[in-house]
Amino acid sequence: MIEWISSDRCTGCNQCVAVCPTNVLQARGDSTPLIARADDCQSCFMCELYCKQDAIFVGGLFDAPTGVTEEQAVAHGWLGQYRKHSGWDEWADQYANEHWRMDRVFALARAS
Amino acid sequence: MSDGLQLETDVLVLGGGLAGTWAAVAAARQGARVVLADKGYCGTSGVTASAGPGHWWVPPDPELRRAAIDKRLGLAYGLAERDWMARIVDLTWRTLPTLAPYYAFARDETGVTQYRGLRGPEYMRAMRQLAQDHGVRILDQSPALELLLHADGAVGGARGHQRQQGYDWQVRAGAVVMATGGCAFLSPLLGAHTNTGDGYLMAAEAGAALSGMEFSAYYTVAQAGTSMTRSMSYAFATYYDAAGHELPIPRGPDNSSHIARALLQGPVYCSLHRMPESIRAQLPQISPNVLLPFVRQGIDPFTDKFRVELRGEGTVRGIGGLEIVSDDCATRVPGLYVAGDAATRELIAGATSGGGAQNSAWALSSGQWAGQGAADYVAQNGLRRNARVEAIGGAGVRPTTQAAAPDLASVLDTVKAEMLPVDKNLFRTEARLRQSLAVLDLTWNAIREGGGRLYKPRWREAAALVATARWSYRAALARTESRGMQQRLDYPGTDPALARRLVQHGVDQPQWLTRIHEEVSA
Repeated sequence: MIEWISSDRCTGCNQCVAVCPTNVLQARGDSTPLIARADDCQSCFMCELYCKQDAIFVGGLFDAPTGVTEEQAVAHGWLGQYRKHSGWDEWADQYANEHWRMDRVFALARAS
Repeated sequence: MSDGLQLETDVLVLGGGLAGTWAAVAAARQGARVVLADKGYCGTSGVTASAGPGHWWVPPDPELRRAAIDKRLGLAYGLAERDWMARIVDLTWRTLPTLAPYYAFARDETGVTQYRGLRGPEYMRAMRQLAQDHGVRILDQSPALELLLHADGAVGGARGHQRQQGYDWQVRAGAVVMATGGCAFLSPLLGAHTNTGDGYLMAAEAGAALSGMEFSAYYTVAQAGTSMTRSMSYAFATYYDAAGHELPIPRGPDNSSHIARALLQGPVYCSLHRMPESIRAQLPQISPNVLLPFVRQGIDPFTDKFRVELRGEGTVRGIGGLEIVSDDCATRVPGLYVAGDAATRELIAGATSGGGAQNSAWALSSGQWAGQGAADYVAQNGLRRNARVEAIGGAGVRPTTQAAAPDLASVLDTVKAEMLPVDKNLFRTEARLRQSLAVLDLTWNAIREGGGRLYKPRWREAAALVATARWSYRAALARTESRGMQQRLDYPGTDPALARRLVQHGVDQPQWLTRIHEEVSA
């Protein structure tokens, strides 16, 4: 579930508020949005993907916070990891979308 | 409604996932003005956005197509139709390349463009842009709560609530496409939290029927505590019991009943060590979300054993949904069309799951047919803008008595407790189904009498979840046999007399449109 939004990184653009499919977040003007309904989070990571500031951390469990701190997340390279691997925005040239290989992976699994 | 948003349009699409966006685009291409309302955000909502749909993809060679369809018909237990399968294979093949301006299709090493599989977030981002470029007006965070009906029974639009701005909205429309997705009964299934069966309930209140609701027992494996139900990695899974002994679970797909039986004995663990190193290295760029939960828990799934559970999919990878009565995906309600997982997929998958490939091809195809059908309907029947319409929502928006509302959290827990455990939903018996139905009927009556005095989505969702659960188990009870996804422990064999679809209608006391033997219809 979503655990925190870094107020150091957040610019208050409220894109995460707009795109959250389960309406977890609440805008507060141009301040960092409030995680108002964490119980509704489905851990879909869409807020992370759409956050160009890499300010959002969604933990590994859907129903409980894992307690990872911002320092830990930064140290592990987890902030912005999903957006980077997805090749969005400034990462487009470095991380190609290789989703098309999925068929081959399944074929390999069947043959193994 | 004085403070709300009031619009008039030709076609109103409810739901902005894969089927809804294709419906909106298709209706706009017919020249219709289109409004699309999504419960969440069109682009991230629904089960496609967080997944990676590979479509049913067969080149236009008659022999190849016949063979592909024969193979799937052979898995459909007599309930699918060759013509519908052929139609979705054909339209999918013709449609995906047209997305090229919006989605960066990759080429393989030989230079062949790969159209079949798309990554979900990029696919749905493309569909939002495509819809906007066709002039579709998108209402985000705007769940529909009820349909508007003309006095003659035709659909005239819908009403709902903008949940971030707090106002109600009403759209008068000449036709409506229901593309609200399936219902996963609040299972922690990736992307399915918004899929609560709202469209089934809204359409059923208007007089639409439901077909194949017994085929709602599909389960997918996931790491315990996570909603990461992406299945590709599990093609390499090895399963263990708590003592570390390898379990004799066949390789997937379709091994979930084996995993379910093991889970009924005790915890089940998994390792993905069989995945080759080369694939592990590519995985973040194939499916960038798959490893996120593992990594963030400090788990290496390729060396560590981790506990797994099964996630109920209800009618998402299940099959049941609104009945379709014509090639353009009309329901039996004039002006109401249906697409994607909101519709029954028996037509193309029969009694077994269409999985990702058939379901994606279905969403893309049925969306376009429903959108065109709705636009054509408006062209013929007009907007009827001066005719009176009535908002017809019942359970969860208009309680019938002054009784206090039941506790909402308890209602949701009841649905989950009856619909998600494998010993109730996957391994079905008459006794357990009747017990569950008794609980669900009581819950339904309590919502009906006291739930949803405020015009808010949560009670409507609760009502839709309970309604969908009741239709599912009523159908499971009526189908006194095992067929495909429906497994009855008390009827393990297939009954040739039941090689037909079970269609029901009605909300408070559903009735069979299919002739059902008296003893089981009770």
